[in-house]
Amino acid sequence: MGFDENFIRGCSAIGAGLAVIAGIGPGVGQGIAAGHAAAAVGRNPGAKSDITSTMLLGQAVAETTGLYGLVTALLLMFVQPLLP
Amino acid sequence: MEYGILLSAGNEVDFMVHGLFQYSFFGHKVWITTTHVSILIVMLLLLGFAIAANRAMKHAKEVPSGFQNVVELIVEMLDKMVKGTMGKNASKFRNYIGTVFIFILISNLSGLMGLRPPTADYGVTLPLALMTFALIHFNTFKHNSLKAIWVDKCSPLPPWLPIWLPINIISDIAVPISLSLRLFANVLSGVVMMALVYGLLDLFALIWPAFLHVYLDIFSGAIQTYVFCMLTMTYIQNAIGDGEA
Repeated sequence: MGFDENFIRGCSAIGAGLAVIAGIGPGVGQGIAAGHAAAAVGRNPGAKSDITSTMLLGQAVAETTGLYGLVTALLLMFVQPLLP
Repeated sequence: MEYGILLSAGNEVDFMVHGLFQYSFFGHKVWITTTHVSILIVMLLLLGFAIAANRAMKHAKEVPSGFQNVVELIVEMLDKMVKGTMGKNASKFRNYIGTVFIFILISNLSGLMGLRPPTADYGVTLPLALMTFALIHFNTFKHNSLKAIWVDKCSPLPPWLPIWLPINIISDIAVPISLSLRLFANVLSGVVMMALVYGLLDLFALIWPAFLHVYLDIFSGAIQTYVFCMLTMTYIQNAIGDGEA
């Protein structure tokens, strides 16, 4: 391998930046869930607490893919598995 | 970097697990880390609460007052949560779910006490998820016949054509990984954010980080605790429910 250490560090930083783009997906997904929950509360205000807890559960599950990206970025930045 | 994964210290911004004491365990280098210390503090807190609650309930009165009220409130809330998801199987699992709920909740909230939350270490969340995994499969084999399990594992295709078997097995293995990584990454992201605020903006971090603590430690921690317990209950309920349907 002819690459020096700083090149690998820089590429790791670029990879970490690319990995957190995964945050777009959960953002869109949580927004959709919140929008539908708002519509559901508008239609049936009596079930507000049930709707809110279901929405939060679904949003927390949808968040997972974004967090995978975050973990990948943190690993690339701080553990630096690519360094020899 | 020599401590291995997630044990290395940063420079100014510090959110890593630190090794405190090294010893040799059957020839392996093993570290006592800050996670062990904070988990010990959380355990002592829970133990003290449990002893106090036990003492209060021994002298329980017909009309509850003071501390007895608090204990009954917590137990009723946990019972209601388990009962709402598991129905008539709730009596078997409410002790386990209640224990896990209180442990994860206090662990997540321990960031407020200046500790590094134990759940921000993958070595804590993975065993929790593996316990869920073991419970799921124990209950699957307890409540279903082997034939029903085989049919279920080949499920979209007929049982004599097990092409989908490996995919179903992979999705079973993904359950504990996603459960543990979800909890771990949520708490870790809170820890990293607070470390960045306190490490890089220490001159300006005056009062407003309190609001970040409210969101990242209290709200996010409580939601993730609820999600972990809810998913555990749902998976176990699915494992049991197949046999009775």
